Amino acid sequence: MAQILVYLEHNNGQIKKTSLELLTAAKKSGLDFCAAALGKGAKELASTASAYGAKELLTSTADVFNTYNSEAYTQWFGQVIKAKKPQILLATANLTGKDLFPRVAGRVNGGVATDCTSLELSASSVKVRRPVYSAKASVEVEFQNCDVKIILMRPNALEIKNETSAASPATVSEVALEPIDLKTIVKDVVKGASSKVDLTEASIIVSGGRGMKGPENFKLLEDLASVLGASVGASRAVVDAGWVGHDMQVGQTGKTVSPNLYIACGISGAIQHLAGMSSSKVIVAINKDKDAPIFQKATYGIVGDALEILPLLTEEFKKLLH
Amino acid sequence: MNILVCLKQVPDTETKIKINSTLAAIESSGIKWVMNPYDEFAVEEALKLRDKLSDGSKVLVYTLGPKARAVEVLRTALAMGADDAVLIDAPENLDPNSVAKALSVALKKESDVGVVFTGKQAIDDDCSQVSQLLAEFLGFRHATVVIKCELGSDKNHFLVEREVEGGSKEIIQIQKPAVIGAQKGLNTPRYASLPGIMKAKKKEIKEIPLSSLGVSDTDKKINFKNFQLPPERPQAKIFEGDVAANSVQLVKLLREEAKVI
Repeated sequence: MAQILVYLEHNNGQIKKTSLELLTAAKKSGLDFCAAALGKGAKELASTASAYGAKELLTSTADVFNTYNSEAYTQWFGQVIKAKKPQILLATANLTGKDLFPRVAGRVNGGVATDCTSLELSASSVKVRRPVYSAKASVEVEFQNCDVKIILMRPNALEIKNETSAASPATVSEVALEPIDLKTIVKDVVKGASSKVDLTEASIIVSGGRGMKGPENFKLLEDLASVLGASVGASRAVVDAGWVGHDMQVGQTGKTVSPNLYIACGISGAIQHLAGMSSSKVIVAINKDKDAPIFQKATYGIVGDALEILPLLTEEFKKLLH
Repeated sequence: MNILVCLKQVPDTETKIKINSTLAAIESSGIKWVMNPYDEFAVEEALKLRDKLSDGSKVLVYTLGPKARAVEVLRTALAMGADDAVLIDAPENLDPNSVAKALSVALKKESDVGVVFTGKQAIDDDCSQVSQLLAEFLGFRHATVVIKCELGSDKNHFLVEREVEGGSKEIIQIQKPAVIGAQKGLNTPRYASLPGIMKAKKKEIKEIPLSSLGVSDTDKKINFKNFQLPPERPQAKIFEGDVAANSVQLVKLLREEAKVI
């Protein structure tokens, strides 16, 4: 019986950065833990899991697990949790994790804390905090009356300590999915237009608002983003105006983000936008209006036209980075 | 079939959040309460489906919350065009598991339920849990963060599109009955018409006390405590004047002082 179960995500055997954050936290806790990974290539995660001290890697490489299927995944995690009885389950608070684990909790008498931004784990206590009201406030989550505490961590919230050599290799155990009559069928996965990192996982975001004047000028944001390896976001005003898709919206009815660097271009800083980005480590504001609320949240600001300043910044970063 | 929608009333997005003296909740005075923005998409999708079917299907809206204020969110949905409304009178701040349990017990009494629409999350506690828990307790399939939802020609399944990481989309076929968590982009919610508003005012709203739904203290799985406001950010360094020189200076500071590049 392991005390923690860590759910590892991967692309064809290549572990995701967010899963390394979870493994680092599990190792740091000093508690016994095992890992779980699903789909094609899952077994290749055994060496990484071992390096962090996982005792066992639970997997299934059945075809049904190659893409996320809520019914199959819920059943599999239900089986594993009932068999292994972990007290804590750690996973990433991405769109898959948030779709899956609340349902798993319903099945195994669990409690779930989604979108956690801090975690302190030890033999004697579990302490997690998460934002509420789109990060206008935060709370400590206390688990009650549950057999397993499910903690979904926001990407970038935990540090990664690289571990490469294992004291002893983790046992790889195949857990077969019990027979299930699937009523949910994943027909297709349509890849996004860009291969960029999702806003919620990005470490740098360049974001544009009304001050960009029109959708054609978002090219300037793309240019800067490609030099920095950043993702591009937008304010609600320009999403509602139809300039860009809503998957780019940052703010209370869009995505809550916490990158290391957030560059807000031509965004005045409505309260609902500030709610979604003000936990970014460093905020740069570029706006013509020196009284714009965005400057109140900024670390650095330039008063001026974003359309004029963006190409200057892109050139300057190019010189620095290439 | 019956098309159900579960609604939540939340503080308006413009609300400035203050913590109350117990640190166990926010200050509730002066808050303007509105329908959770994601729930507006849920209501719209339900109305669209009903109108497309036009076979006598009905849209039934549920909410759970303190009666005095929560009834308003039902009036809003009725004014948009929902057929009937049910209020589960419950105290503030029940946890997601308790809410889902209460809703599931109430919804099980409805006949011929084809689909339950909800928002993908409520913008107050931002938990994103009730849809999935409700589906589990009802034994329905679910999909969250849904941006497209079509009833199949056999009227036995839904073809839904949901957002996944990195701007990708999953296209899923789910058999009825299903719980669908609406994301922005699913549709454009209609405004209530004046006759709709007048009609909604007169409509009788069914009330169910929470105590009749068998929810107990042990259904509470998470509790929020020690509320905090975000830490104040230090004074910004703002540069005015020569934008070219300022751009060079900014890049230098990001590299050398902030060390983020």
